[in-house]
Amino acid sequence: MPPKSDRTILLDARAMSRALQRMAVAVAELAHGTADLVLIGIQRRGVELAERIAKLIEKDEGVTVPRGALDITLYRDDLETVGPKPVIGETRLPVDLTDKHAVIVDDVLYTGRTVRAALDELADFGRPKRISLCVLVDRGGRELPIQADVVGQVVKTGPGDRVEVQVEELDGRDQVDLVR
Amino acid sequence: MTASLGKDLVGLEHLTPEQIRLILDTAEPFKEVSERPIKKVPALRGKTIVNLFFEASTRTRISFEFAEKRLSADTVNVAASGSSVSKGETLVDTAKNLEAMRIDMVVMRHPSSGAAGFLGQRIRSNVINAGDGKHEHPTQALLDLLTIRDKHGKIEGLKVCLVGDVLHSRVARSNLWGLTKLGAQVGVCGPHTLMPRGIEELGVKFFPRIEEAIEWADVLNVLRLQLERMEMGFIPSLREYYRVWGVTPERLERSPRPITIMHPGPMNRGVEIDSRVADGPHSVILDQVTNGVAVRMAVLYLLAGGRPELADAAKRGAGGGTE
Repeated sequence: MPPKSDRTILLDARAMSRALQRMAVAVAELAHGTADLVLIGIQRRGVELAERIAKLIEKDEGVTVPRGALDITLYRDDLETVGPKPVIGETRLPVDLTDKHAVIVDDVLYTGRTVRAALDELADFGRPKRISLCVLVDRGGRELPIQADVVGQVVKTGPGDRVEVQVEELDGRDQVDLVR
Repeated sequence: MTASLGKDLVGLEHLTPEQIRLILDTAEPFKEVSERPIKKVPALRGKTIVNLFFEASTRTRISFEFAEKRLSADTVNVAASGSSVSKGETLVDTAKNLEAMRIDMVVMRHPSSGAAGFLGQRIRSNVINAGDGKHEHPTQALLDLLTIRDKHGKIEGLKVCLVGDVLHSRVARSNLWGLTKLGAQVGVCGPHTLMPRGIEELGVKFFPRIEEAIEWADVLNVLRLQLERMEMGFIPSLREYYRVWGVTPERLERSPRPITIMHPGPMNRGVEIDSRVADGPHSVILDQVTNGVAVRMAVLYLLAGGRPELADAAKRGAGGGTE
């Protein structure tokens, strides 16, 4: 690791708010309305983002959008190498997913391995008629054939870079940084 | 940085409070896995686990087996009777032969105190103690701790009394370590003949009468009375034991507060515990059984994962997201 890291702001609070508004509209369009729509946030920050997007859709459309949380730790393919593990978060799905349109919400899309794990996990909860992917930041660098349907911001990054997402509910402010 | 558990789980005596809390916190999300329509996650896919039971056990063995299967591990059960053990093979030879078939973990119950630690030092596989003689039964104490924490929201400061045959009980010993490490006050209550000498030197309160224990405690963990103790002269008769030490509704009524009732099973109804208490509103005996699977999943998961030398490489490779 280089001694000095260079931090730039990708999205400040206002830009993030606009991005989420756009994403909410795009999710509703993707689903051709809101019937059967279920938003599923990936622990941890995906859960907060799913909550925000669901609220925005509810405000625009005047409907209730069920949302859940998914922790994919137990579906990772790298248990042997992850070392001391963070405590596993809550998995909570509000409705039976069969014949629903499930939208996975996460903060950053990178290798695609988290999404692969999430797809496996969702398959154990039922058979959604469709699964889509919605991410705040797509940073490239995929190792699997996975792509997002709704993206807030695309950014080119290298393997040593980090994209840090902060959300008001957990971190006290809304901001996305790129750390090189 | 979270604490890691090391290679084996032999007992709670040598765990730190942080390690015990890590297991309990990890068990929490595993409870939900057992409520899913498909009660299975792939975390231990491809791992092979041998349940090596040199002593009869129903609940503990089944609980471990469920935990292993719900983590997608492959399991084999070996009982002492009908195996090479009954032909005189030593413990280490049995384990080394199993290991030659490329297993990853051994869950062992053994009549000799210290057997699990002994084996852990001699084989590469992870060893989990499922009860060794009068030494420890760590997963039982962990599920007891989890059940107490669920019911009371905390463990620190609670008054927990172990009732009955403390002398011969590995459950009592593991509970004692776990409870004191997490800051509970521990009491013991039972006949003098079934109390270890000098137990008060461990900071444990001794109650010579069950009525006094009930007046003091928030939680009673009623230990199983091994019926053979009577033949060995530790107690005069089962009826007398019930009359003097039995946990009955009449005795509990005199308590100033509702007391949580626990029992590691199998129960002798009408000996150490009255049926009306075992099935009563303050009994968490079946919650203990439910929590047992979650705690064992947590222990298996924590021991299976985490080779720190590879963790850094993985972290360098990952770099993304927010973790």
